[in-house]
Amino acid sequence: MTPEILATYAAALSLLIGSFFVIVGVIGLLKFNDPMTRLHAPTKVGTIGIGMLLLASMLSAYAAGDPSVHELLIMAFLFVTAPVSAHFIAKVSIHRQDCQQPPSPPRDGTWSTLDSPDTRGDEQPSP
Amino acid sequence: MTRAYRRLLPHPVLTLVLALVWVLLQNDVTPGMVVFGLILGIVIPILTAMWWPDRPKTFHVWRMIPYMLIVMWDIIVANIQVAWIVLTVPNAKLKPAWIVVPLELTQPEAITILAGTITLTPGTVSSDVSSEGHSLLVHVLHTDDPDADRDEIKNRYERRLLEIFP
Repeated sequence: MTPEILATYAAALSLLIGSFFVIVGVIGLLKFNDPMTRLHAPTKVGTIGIGMLLLASMLSAYAAGDPSVHELLIMAFLFVTAPVSAHFIAKVSIHRQDCQQPPSPPRDGTWSTLDSPDTRGDEQPSP
Repeated sequence: MTRAYRRLLPHPVLTLVLALVWVLLQNDVTPGMVVFGLILGIVIPILTAMWWPDRPKTFHVWRMIPYMLIVMWDIIVANIQVAWIVLTVPNAKLKPAWIVVPLELTQPEAITILAGTITLTPGTVSSDVSSEGHSLLVHVLHTDDPDADRDEIKNRYERRLLEIFP
């Protein structure tokens, strides 16, 4: 058992785990029926799914004798950008009132998404 | 001396991060690349200093490391929990909820990190911030006790961020 063979096995294992989590993310996206709950599956399961696939890429590059660390950068950028896109999708569904409306904040007037000329001040904005 | 240092290195952490990203992008650690990365890391903060006038003055970088380790562990646990919920809980039994997290953090950077952490960890997505920035709106996928979730966010993440951004 040389390190290369071990790395190949580890790469195969992380590919399997990564694919499992990606599939679960897709199932969640298809199964849930509310925009906000559908958001949960891809944002979270996606990060570890892609992370394991990138780990497999690093391991197989190591096994092939050409170590690579680009994947660490991809992971870092993914972890920074995934919450931003989730945040925007959530804001859109609050703004379009596609989901159950959130409770009012305790100290301030309203949520910043609803603090716009067309929704401020009246409970039921005209369509 | 301090002023000269401040002019040359307005943001030492950004300098190190840029140098590290450059070396990682090159995929090869050679002295030339490290030096060029450091040059970029010195020039870019000086050129962009005018765009971040109100950045946090004190920031404990070393306390970020245990925080990042905790968040990474939580991400792994969160993924398994969410995968379990997706595969086993039928839609009719799912109990999604909005929770409101009152914030003690005041700096925009700290609130952004808290919101990102919440989105990446157990069954929660941070959805909105209140109009004056005093509370955070979080959506929970499946919960029996929303108040416990709120307390966990406050104790586990916000308390540590208050130490990082005093």
